[in-house]
Amino acid sequence: MQMRDNGFQMKKYFPIIIAVLLAALPFIGLSSYVMHIIILVIMWSVIGMAWNLLSGYCGQVSFGHAAFFGTGAYASGMLYSKFGISAWWGLPFSIIVVTLLALVIGYICLRLRGPFFALATLSMGVILRITAENLVNFTGGDLGIMIRERTWIEKTWYYYIILAVACGTFLAIKIVIESKLGYYFVAIREDQDAAESLGINTTLYKTIALCLSAMLTGFAGVFYMNYMGYIDPKVVFALHDISIVTIMVVMVGGVATYWGPVVGAIIMVLLSEIIRSVPALGTAHHTFFGILLIVIIIFLPNGIVGDFPKLRKLRDLSRGPS
Amino acid sequence: MSFLEIKKVSMFFGGLAALKDVSFGITKGEILGLIGPNGAGKTTLFNVVNGFYKPSRGDVFFNDITISGHKPHEICQRGIARTFQVVKPLQRMSVLDNVIASALLRTGNRKQAEVAARDILHFTALDNDREVISRGLPLGKRKRLEIARALATQPEILLLDESFAGLNPSELDASIGIIGKIRERGITIMIIEHHMKVIMSISDRIVVLNYGEKIAEGTPQEIRDNGLVVEAYLGEA
Repeated sequence: MQMRDNGFQMKKYFPIIIAVLLAALPFIGLSSYVMHIIILVIMWSVIGMAWNLLSGYCGQVSFGHAAFFGTGAYASGMLYSKFGISAWWGLPFSIIVVTLLALVIGYICLRLRGPFFALATLSMGVILRITAENLVNFTGGDLGIMIRERTWIEKTWYYYIILAVACGTFLAIKIVIESKLGYYFVAIREDQDAAESLGINTTLYKTIALCLSAMLTGFAGVFYMNYMGYIDPKVVFALHDISIVTIMVVMVGGVATYWGPVVGAIIMVLLSEIIRSVPALGTAHHTFFGILLIVIIIFLPNGIVGDFPKLRKLRDLSRGPS
Repeated sequence: MSFLEIKKVSMFFGGLAALKDVSFGITKGEILGLIGPNGAGKTTLFNVVNGFYKPSRGDVFFNDITISGHKPHEICQRGIARTFQVVKPLQRMSVLDNVIASALLRTGNRKQAEVAARDILHFTALDNDREVISRGLPLGKRKRLEIARALATQPEILLLDESFAGLNPSELDASIGIIGKIRERGITIMIIEHHMKVIMSISDRIVVLNYGEKIAEGTPQEIRDNGLVVEAYLGEA
């Protein structure tokens, strides 16, 4: 496993250095557009890291993480629209709601394996979208939820909040993966029957992975509600714009690596911004994502971080023999 | 009652009876060989004991408590570990991590599990392959890794499913040596094996299955002289 890779002393402090640099970032006076992009990158890193825990490490590939993202967003938004309290209370509140949802989804889906689990989760995302669209009295239906008075005009505080969530997520996942849980998750991924016969309660540990992953994804949803100030079912329960992009983020960056989701989020967010800025392409940007995914699967099946040694070798080759 | 008691166990798959009223017991500390032609139901019996299948009829008792119908992980926690005929290493994990993953059953602490795992790898002579990713191991070592992993769960009974098949002579000797050492640790062993020389030399008792039924039980010498067994393997004279 990559988890006991401690080659350089430098590597140990790498996360701390990154965190300090990121904390200092708002002081260099970036435009609010650039800050927006950075905030999106960090939010997608959180979603990617959460998905990576369930699907990368534990091997239960989910095509329905929009279910948790959207539920987090709605849990937060409805506190505001129904009870008139700050949507930020969604952060603690979503833990309960999203975990309960994950338990229900897990109870139904986790008895299925491999592609069947993936299909079942895919349907869960869609079911929740349609539910949110139709419970008009409850969710506001297609009109969605709008927060009329934003907490801050400036991006700085949003940036620090999502950065804190991301650092917390990164640490939580690192701690989990290096503990007994991490070994059990990977054992289940590698061979569920073998894991079961080694005394691992596979149903229990898969449920734990799902709940943790769902909870972290829910945080990103809560943040999205507060940051964007507007959600509707088609946005937060979107199949391709949330569920599939989540998978892409991790696939591009590197499945079952610590930094993969971060690298993937940077690439995916920038890519979609670039493609969006070319109006002639229209909705053809989905085609680009599709092609990118195919290229990644064929040439870098372990993602950019996972196949980094391969990339480095390629670079050395292109420089010619030394 | 015996340590592990298999009592009138039948297992049906649709109309096919993979096991029919099989009964026998294992006493603590012995090595019991389980033999029979292909398709006799040996692995099915392991799957019943191990909890992958719930027997259609009959019961399995371990320390006088019924375990049939329990989940495999519960049965493993109670102290019955198994290996697989078609080896199932945790492919993309190193050999050491494979064994740590199963040692974690008895301790929540990763450091302690690693100490235990290193000890077991030494015991099974896999020291030098600790850091090898397990799908890169040759078959002989993968079979031994199966044993190491099962041992790491600290079992009272070890079920070995053809741990000797496909080994070359030197690997065979190494594995036989390990079986002897496992027994010295006081672990009871039930072993499925086609290699007659091996099974005759290491077993205290042998049970013979054919078409899902027990056709003989006894010491290696008795089995060798049993007409029914010879017939099951070689056909009628």
